[in-house]
Amino acid sequence: MSDTEHQEDSHGSLVINNKKLLMWLFLGSDCMFFGTLISTHLIYRKLYPESYDPLLVFDLELTSFSTFILLMSSFLMALAVSAMHKGELKSFRRNTIGVIFFGLIFLACQVYEFAHFTNEGLTLSTNTFGSTFYMMTGTHGVHVAIGIFWLLCLYFYSYTGKMDAHESAVDVEVAGLYWHFVDIVWIIIFTAVYLIEYIPGLH
Amino acid sequence: MSQTETETHAPATTPAPKSHVLKPERSQLGFMRPDHSKSVIMDWLTTVDHKKIGIMYGAIALFFLLVGGLEALIIRTQLAFPENDLISAQRYNQLFTMHGTTMIFLAIMPLNAAFFNFLVPLQIGARDVAFPRINSFSLWAFVAGALVINFGWVLQALQVMGLFEASGPTAGMTDLAPAMGWFGYAPLTGTNFTGAGTDFWIMGLQILGIASLSAAMNFVVTIVNMRAPGMKMMRMPVFTWMTLVVSLLIVFAFPAITIALGQLMFDRCFGTNFFVVAGGGQPILWQHLFWIFGHPEVYILVLPAMGIISEILPVFSKKPLFGYSIVVFSGAVIGFLGFAVWSHHMFTTGLGKVATAAFSLLTMAIAVPTGVKIFNWVGTLWGGRVRFSAPMIFSLGFVWMFMMGGFSGIMHSSAPADAQQQDSYFVIAHFHYVAIGGIFLAVVAGIYFWLPKMIGKMWKGKLSTWVAIFSTVGLNVTFFPMHFLGLLGMPRRTHTYLEGFGWETYNLVCTIGAYILAFGILLLVVDIIRCFRSGEPAGNDPWDARTLEWVTSSPPQVYNFAKTPIIPARDALWEDKYGPENRKITHEDDHGHGIHMPSQSWMPFIASIGFIPVGLGMSLMQAGVPYMGYLAIFGLLLIGFGIALWAIEGPGGYHLHPEADAA
Repeated sequence: MSDTEHQEDSHGSLVINNKKLLMWLFLGSDCMFFGTLISTHLIYRKLYPESYDPLLVFDLELTSFSTFILLMSSFLMALAVSAMHKGELKSFRRNTIGVIFFGLIFLACQVYEFAHFTNEGLTLSTNTFGSTFYMMTGTHGVHVAIGIFWLLCLYFYSYTGKMDAHESAVDVEVAGLYWHFVDIVWIIIFTAVYLIEYIPGLH
Repeated sequence: MSQTETETHAPATTPAPKSHVLKPERSQLGFMRPDHSKSVIMDWLTTVDHKKIGIMYGAIALFFLLVGGLEALIIRTQLAFPENDLISAQRYNQLFTMHGTTMIFLAIMPLNAAFFNFLVPLQIGARDVAFPRINSFSLWAFVAGALVINFGWVLQALQVMGLFEASGPTAGMTDLAPAMGWFGYAPLTGTNFTGAGTDFWIMGLQILGIASLSAAMNFVVTIVNMRAPGMKMMRMPVFTWMTLVVSLLIVFAFPAITIALGQLMFDRCFGTNFFVVAGGGQPILWQHLFWIFGHPEVYILVLPAMGIISEILPVFSKKPLFGYSIVVFSGAVIGFLGFAVWSHHMFTTGLGKVATAAFSLLTMAIAVPTGVKIFNWVGTLWGGRVRFSAPMIFSLGFVWMFMMGGFSGIMHSSAPADAQQQDSYFVIAHFHYVAIGGIFLAVVAGIYFWLPKMIGKMWKGKLSTWVAIFSTVGLNVTFFPMHFLGLLGMPRRTHTYLEGFGWETYNLVCTIGAYILAFGILLLVVDIIRCFRSGEPAGNDPWDARTLEWVTSSPPQVYNFAKTPIIPARDALWEDKYGPENRKITHEDDHGHGIHMPSQSWMPFIASIGFIPVGLGMSLMQAGVPYMGYLAIFGLLLIGFGIALWAIEGPGGYHLHPEADAA
């Protein structure tokens, strides 16, 4: 995963760092993953007149709060990347732990939401809304969890003394790309899954 | 094959590279890195060398090609006579499902991957791929997926031998091999219709998807970033170009099938309703998601074949490829349009007039770049000094046979005609002309062309001509009558048929043809073994070829190029040999620090082996076998453990100092 050294052997037309390009490709692929999940949801949303009405369970205040938290975590992530570029380890640690903390709050909100919905009687197998909703938001939640784990690893790695602006800035930047992407996907899910239900004409 | 130490294939006059005096170093974890190992098995399991990985892909793919071929032979034997009872209907379903799955995912795709791995770094003048350890991970994840998909066959074999019985805790394990067709249409894949085989199939395909995705991303980065100086995009060999297009297709097409398989897995394991009609799901969604992947997949299979042909025809015509840039752009256009034609697999599902007309038109449009390529190949031959060596014979066979498949493809693009041909033997004839007449012949041409480079030995004798005769005659005798069978109304996927429809003679002829084709493939295997055992040394450039891989020794040194070449023109080697003075290949100084080699690693192997317990655990859990969920969790932990150690151990690496210039 961290084979940067090999680039020094390639004298090709290096426009973008290998690791960053790999991450961009992964994100391109991930767009198609989430695109498939979200379009499945939109297709099934109002397929039949008696389709499930999610307003029965939705709680827009809570979800707006967790969306805001995730957005702010992206801001901290940008600060962490910038700190690493300058080689300021302390600032990097402070911001990274902030991202991790905000990410955990988001996950906690999601867990609460899932538990709440299940108590209201909406499970994976209740109807197609349950299937698409849980699988889509669950996949996103797994992405957030992986991101948190990744940042935790970087956080602890920063104490080994092997991180410096020259070597590790790219590693942090790649993690940042991933985190921002996961955030953007949530913005789309928040719009296409939650907010859309509150538009009168589409309801 | 087993040159594990670099010095075994160094030229005799040069002092051996210093690799054998290097001691393995400790990684950041404190473990010894498995570099410079004396143990052959350990060396191949931990290798990150793109050439060894390519050879392993090729060997495993050839094995599965024979397995898939055997399955096809049983199918054809069953259909030789009306009301034949060689195998049961259920076994027949399992055979055609596994035949399709095996040939596409376990034979053709890895054969293409073998060529990607071996050739792309050599063709662009790189030392290795961009991420050597991810490359190793892709290979072993592919092996894990192949094992999971085929696990049903193993269980059935054990069942026949009396070593396994579906009773007690394993009572739910019925229907052990997948039996719903290689495109697994819902609702046939529901739990009320099929059993454990479907779960093995779902999990195996997901694992193969991960392997393909990681390999594809690796190759895009390699081709974009690792090119030698002067190797501009429009100077790259066409095969490398097609690898790039195919890798991008994989990156953007595989997510659709992965999500569809995930939804299906959730339907089966956790009771969701994606494809369950009773719960409000729509089986048609599966068809859309499958073919959004499935049609680009067709081009994922065939574009590398077109790349191989575009490499071979110029070499044996002693002419540059006619219209290089048009061939490249046609390949890219085919890849792009490949995403816009998926519904032509679904004309009979009632899409509506507008959608049907649009997909029909787009499908016809995709024939244009394909036709352009054919004309360019013919233009390459025109006026050339054609040599009928083995690779050329197969390439010419490809051009003609692939065109035959293309003609019937154009017939399908018309929706009303397709309505008649859908699910009949006409379709079988079409895609087997493309798959065998096209892809298989091209891959064999590639094997004849590049095996001397891979193993350093030259082909002996003229057995290749007989391989060509038997396989081409065999494929035509097998599949040409199927056009008529289809138009006479014989449906595909039926295990037998009654007398009196006029199908008997055609079916018997098809079966005879299948055995002729099988004999041709047998001869191919014999020829490959002969080449390994008693081939003469090939030399660097046995075919008087044009591209950069022939600059290296045969087989190439572990470091590929002793000094990084500077590429002055397209067809670099040809210009170097026969071009003007200003187009010779020059070399960069090595600055005295030697060639940086990546360290070998156990971690990709450990991480990918974790996919086996995940796949089997999820499948068996669905079948109700106790504790299998824990097996899946154990597998996931193993994957995470492998990846974590992989990240912590660091890339490592050592330096080689080749004394003489291998070029």
